[in-house]
Amino acid sequence: MIWSLWLASLAVAQDCLVLTGAVAHLPDGPSPDTTLVIQRGVLTHVGPPLAGLDARPTPREGLLVADLDGEHCMVRALDGQQVTAGFVDAWTRLGLVEVSLEAASVDAHAHGGDPVKAAFRVADAYNPRSSLVPIARTGGLTSAIVVPGGGVFGGQSAYVGLDGSTQAEAVRIDGLAMHAGLGGGGGSRAETLLRLREVLDEARAYGEHREDWERARYRDWHHEPLDLEALQPVLTGAQPLVVSVNRASDIEAVLRFTEEQGVRLILAGGAEAWILAEALAEAGVPVILNPLVAGPTSFDTLHSRPDNATRLHEAGVPVVIASFGAHNVRKLRQLAGNAVREGLPHEVALAAITQTPAAVFGLGDRGVLRPGAPADVAVWTGDPLELTTTLELLLVEGAVVSLHTRQEELLDRYRSLEPDPGG
Amino acid sequence: MLLSSLLLTGGATLGGPPVEVPPPDLLADLDRAARELVETRQEPAAPPLAIVGATVMTAAGEVHAPGHVLVRDGQIEAVGPGEPEDLEGYTLVDASGGWVTPGLIDTHSHMGVYAWPGSGAHDDGNEATAPTTPGVWAEHSFWPQDPALQRAVAGGVTTIQVLPGSANLIGGRGVTLHLVPHRGARAMRFPGAPETLKMACGENPKRVYGGRQTTPSTRMGNVRATRAAYARAVRYQDTWARHAERVAAGDEEAQAPERDLDLETLVGVLEGRVLPQVHCYRADDMLAVLQLADEFDFQVRSFHHALEAYKIRDVLAERSVAINTWADWWGFKLEAYDGIPYNLALVTDAGGIAVLHTDSGEGVQRMNQEAAKALTAGRAAGIELTEDDALRWVTANPAWVLGIEDQVGTLEPGKRADMTLWDGHPLSVYSRAEQVWIDGVLVHDANVAVDPWSDFELGQEVGL
Repeated sequence: MIWSLWLASLAVAQDCLVLTGAVAHLPDGPSPDTTLVIQRGVLTHVGPPLAGLDARPTPREGLLVADLDGEHCMVRALDGQQVTAGFVDAWTRLGLVEVSLEAASVDAHAHGGDPVKAAFRVADAYNPRSSLVPIARTGGLTSAIVVPGGGVFGGQSAYVGLDGSTQAEAVRIDGLAMHAGLGGGGGSRAETLLRLREVLDEARAYGEHREDWERARYRDWHHEPLDLEALQPVLTGAQPLVVSVNRASDIEAVLRFTEEQGVRLILAGGAEAWILAEALAEAGVPVILNPLVAGPTSFDTLHSRPDNATRLHEAGVPVVIASFGAHNVRKLRQLAGNAVREGLPHEVALAAITQTPAAVFGLGDRGVLRPGAPADVAVWTGDPLELTTTLELLLVEGAVVSLHTRQEELLDRYRSLEPDPGG
Repeated sequence: MLLSSLLLTGGATLGGPPVEVPPPDLLADLDRAARELVETRQEPAAPPLAIVGATVMTAAGEVHAPGHVLVRDGQIEAVGPGEPEDLEGYTLVDASGGWVTPGLIDTHSHMGVYAWPGSGAHDDGNEATAPTTPGVWAEHSFWPQDPALQRAVAGGVTTIQVLPGSANLIGGRGVTLHLVPHRGARAMRFPGAPETLKMACGENPKRVYGGRQTTPSTRMGNVRATRAAYARAVRYQDTWARHAERVAAGDEEAQAPERDLDLETLVGVLEGRVLPQVHCYRADDMLAVLQLADEFDFQVRSFHHALEAYKIRDVLAERSVAINTWADWWGFKLEAYDGIPYNLALVTDAGGIAVLHTDSGEGVQRMNQEAAKALTAGRAAGIELTEDDALRWVTANPAWVLGIEDQVGTLEPGKRADMTLWDGHPLSVYSRAEQVWIDGVLVHDANVAVDPWSDFELGQEVGL
């Protein structure tokens, strides 16, 4: 009750927040009795208690204020709560799908005959008002990488903040990464690789001969010029190429291919990646995975193992844990918890949903609690990866965001069945 | 054999004046005959077992910390606090630091009928050639070599109900199985478990058949087709009843009606021998099914998925219709849009029978975690729930849904010794099922490497 009063008061005064007495999950590990100061959206102090902080009670119970560098701050004295950076789901359809089976509400795939969709950017379809976004926040997520699907080149992902009500506010990076896929089904997987190679080779030729072509001094292209244009940052390494792939032999082939093409590779899926852990570590290729890949569910995952993440981490491969979903991205922390169950160190699992995806995708200071970083912050009642823990407070860039969902509205409506809630 | 011997017990053989003997239930006898075992079910043969030192969560309202469980002849002999003094003759399991619960039960599984690896050859769950196919049985699709089965046991699960899919309004019989490896489904059948029938409403049947420009293509088409099937079953039941009366009266000329395997199953529902398990999401769809059940005077045992059960939890509780649902799945189709993580909690709070099911070869590996999430969500909503409530979502309540609540689902004397020993609190994300027993026989030990149960997985080693 007091907590919610405090939250309500934050709605009017958010320029400066102080959290004291936190167990903060810092890059080096959990740190007890930590004070965090958030000023105008940025963490300005993450460390020991501030000696001069003179927190005073207010007429409202539980509400403290203090002056810091001449600024009026709200203070919350935590009592054993754990604080993490806001979670980053590195592979999701959030904001691209409302109801999976209703085509009118699904925008993750570019249709049309050509499987090369390099110019397709999901940022143009991202819906910040999706009812899925607040539900995602209840899982401690403050940002996400929203990914297109299908095709040889499926298009470009976007990095979005889980706040804001417009695309302009929510989309932080348009064209974050290029996405491709390889696996069984349809023709030979070698054919898919052949197509990838053809397209990148042509994109390279496009980069070299575009001006000649514009002057009609070069042959026409097999692929759409817009797609070839979109692949230029991939060829220079400015934009990573995320390849969805599971079978070990496919991972090998993709490693060979990307080395030959000189592109920056990130693997997604990677059910059998543990088999190639050393090669991936040597090539510096990160793996985005779901620790709940359940067994030989398909011919591409016959050798999946529950301790995939652990084995990759031990070999030195950067491990990112992602939901690969949309409606249930709130269970990201459960996925990380299961990786811990299978031997991944707790702090590494936490990093896999915070600072590792930020580092892998070049998201700056996201995903880490340190001075100067944007204040994407989550306050938990206990161990953030434990199922009985709940989220108390979530900040996106220093602003308290609502944890109220459409599902809670339904709960409220049907809490009592008298009178008929539908009537 | 069985049939003819039962026929002889009719009134005609009694000699003397007519006595009040009900006519034989010929269809029930036929049904039983079709289920006679071909494969032999292995009788449990384990020495008496004493599990001591662990926290014992009975799912019957009691927690003994620490407590003990004694097992003899595959049955639970005693459960209580502390450690009995005389344990001579028992094989001792020192479970200090662990937790013992009943083996978990998943009421909604497609393991074996949509076996791994997913493939066209393994698509055996939907006989999607007609909207009502009550005569097909999931056990005849079930592949006992599905690699998912062993992984479910490793998650602490001991019993599952395998169901046909939901393409059809009446999809066929489910089968309740004990998760003990056997060469065929029949030997895995849970002894004495009643027959079940998968039914469905809502989007799936109308999408499948409407997509083929055939009926049903709407919800009203769904209900008409289901009513039509039961109307035929009533007539069929009557035909057999009249035949049974003639047999009972000693009419040696009486010729049995032609058998209709589809209608035989539905008569089983009308007679209460076959428990309807109905896939429905929306509250109004469930109410329509209840109306249909009233019309034909049968009892719906439970709704599956039932994401909007919370909206009609009063009706469901009053009629003792259980629900099986997930902790937090929602939104994958429009009839799943109003799914909320408080569903299990709200139905429980209203006095209903709530079950956490998985419908997933992945989810069945961590049913304990799903129960923990639903408990946390319910408590966050201010609903008073105990850990025992959450445990019952995956043990006692599913046992009731399957009609085997007298045999399993709680740790109580006389019940089958289906038990899971966890290495930590069963509601923690970090806990694993360390040992699992079925009928007192150890079927999983996390600390012992074993060859895969499934023939399919043999010889697939990676060879690092």
